[in-house]
Amino acid sequence: MKKANTAAKKSASKSASAAVTLLVATRKGAFLLKSDAARKAWKSSAPIFLGHIVHHMVQDPREPKSILMAARTGHLGPTVFRSTDAGKTWKEAKTPPAFPKAPEGKKGQVVDHTFWLTPGHASEKRTWYAGTSPQGLFRSEDGGETWSGVTGLNEHPEYSKWMGAVENGTPNGPKLHSVLVDPRDAKHLYLAMSSGGVFESKDAGKTWSTLIKGLEVVEQFDASVLQFHDPHCMRFSGPNPDRLYQQNHCGIYRIDRPGDTWTRIGKAMPKAVGDVGFNMTVHPRDENTIWVLPMDGSGVWPRTSPGGKPAVFVSKNGGKSWTRQAKGMPANNAWWTVKRQAMCADANDPVGLYFGTTSGEVWASRDEGSSWSCIARNLPEIYAVESAR
Amino acid sequence: MKVILPSPLVSYTVKREVEAQGRSLEELFADLDRLYPGLRFRVVDEQGALRPHMRVFVNGAQVRELGIALAPTDEVQLIQALSGG
Repeated sequence: MKKANTAAKKSASKSASAAVTLLVATRKGAFLLKSDAARKAWKSSAPIFLGHIVHHMVQDPREPKSILMAARTGHLGPTVFRSTDAGKTWKEAKTPPAFPKAPEGKKGQVVDHTFWLTPGHASEKRTWYAGTSPQGLFRSEDGGETWSGVTGLNEHPEYSKWMGAVENGTPNGPKLHSVLVDPRDAKHLYLAMSSGGVFESKDAGKTWSTLIKGLEVVEQFDASVLQFHDPHCMRFSGPNPDRLYQQNHCGIYRIDRPGDTWTRIGKAMPKAVGDVGFNMTVHPRDENTIWVLPMDGSGVWPRTSPGGKPAVFVSKNGGKSWTRQAKGMPANNAWWTVKRQAMCADANDPVGLYFGTTSGEVWASRDEGSSWSCIARNLPEIYAVESAR
Repeated sequence: MKVILPSPLVSYTVKREVEAQGRSLEELFADLDRLYPGLRFRVVDEQGALRPHMRVFVNGAQVRELGIALAPTDEVQLIQALSGG
């Protein structure tokens, strides 16, 4: 009986395997890395928008040939490009995300770059959300052609208190990111801000409440002050939108709703490695399985692989314990930095994992992290890696 | 009037030199955006300021204010300033 089950599982695995396209966003343009069905052979496209600073590139799961890209250049202002032919051709948004013009005599906000893109709910076919730097939430209802600010957040009377001043933000500008749309309810949203903390809306962004209980902040700061909170990356657990995982500046967390308190599951990480990092990757079908890629948060915070020994850590029990996964990676002298959008999973069985380094390498695992290989090198500084079908 | 553009904007205009109209720089950018949709926002932010690494010269003199008056015989040149490596 056991053998039959194993055979059935293997058969399911085989049928679930499919070619993957990685949407790689870099500081100097975008690249599409395409695999064969076995995910063994990879081929890179020519650079797309070479020289553009591309912060994020995301496929529309409702319309898989559509991809949105958030880009700017050193000289030209921020915009959004859309492809409806899987990246062959691109068209610029008519009205990219932008804050409203301030009344005469007042200083208005300026979008420096669009940082994050999230497709809307499955029932809202053309809807997208964008998070910007400085922190702003924008919504498009026409597939990314025109964007409007979500005024319930961007024009909230407490906005400046939540976010703090731009100059106090992260080095590349404060960011709104990790926009999550509850697959059961289009109006139920979460988002995170660096800085600003975690917020939840149950009315499509009209009103917001905070969700920061249990999250720690840098020593000697007051955790009740939102602008001291720095969530780096927040995800729904794959199959269960009542569970969220988060990689924060101050540790790895989990929350089970309707609970309102985050638990620091990173405390179970090895002490020598710590639980600082940027990305959080979730298993698409198992709510207990997640991956993180730790960064060195000691001393002056190098934010490189601790000890120069890069590794992914997996937890298969919701964060109770962690296992190191580094087979195939350099054993030492590899000082990688992997940013918050630069690691992802595909939907295959076994799950494929991918991450891109700021030194321009893309690494892949076809066996849920057990072994790794480098599938691209010599790319520009990688900002984001997303998988597409 | 003649408008000379930097290479990053050629993806909008195809040419480095174009003709556009306006009694002020603000009006000129509005006309350029009408002729080449999307161009203005890449150069002028939502608060009406020139983006940090763009420079505008009118008849060879640098200007920052978009309200400055223009004559049909003026020559306007946009230049990309240094913006890092």
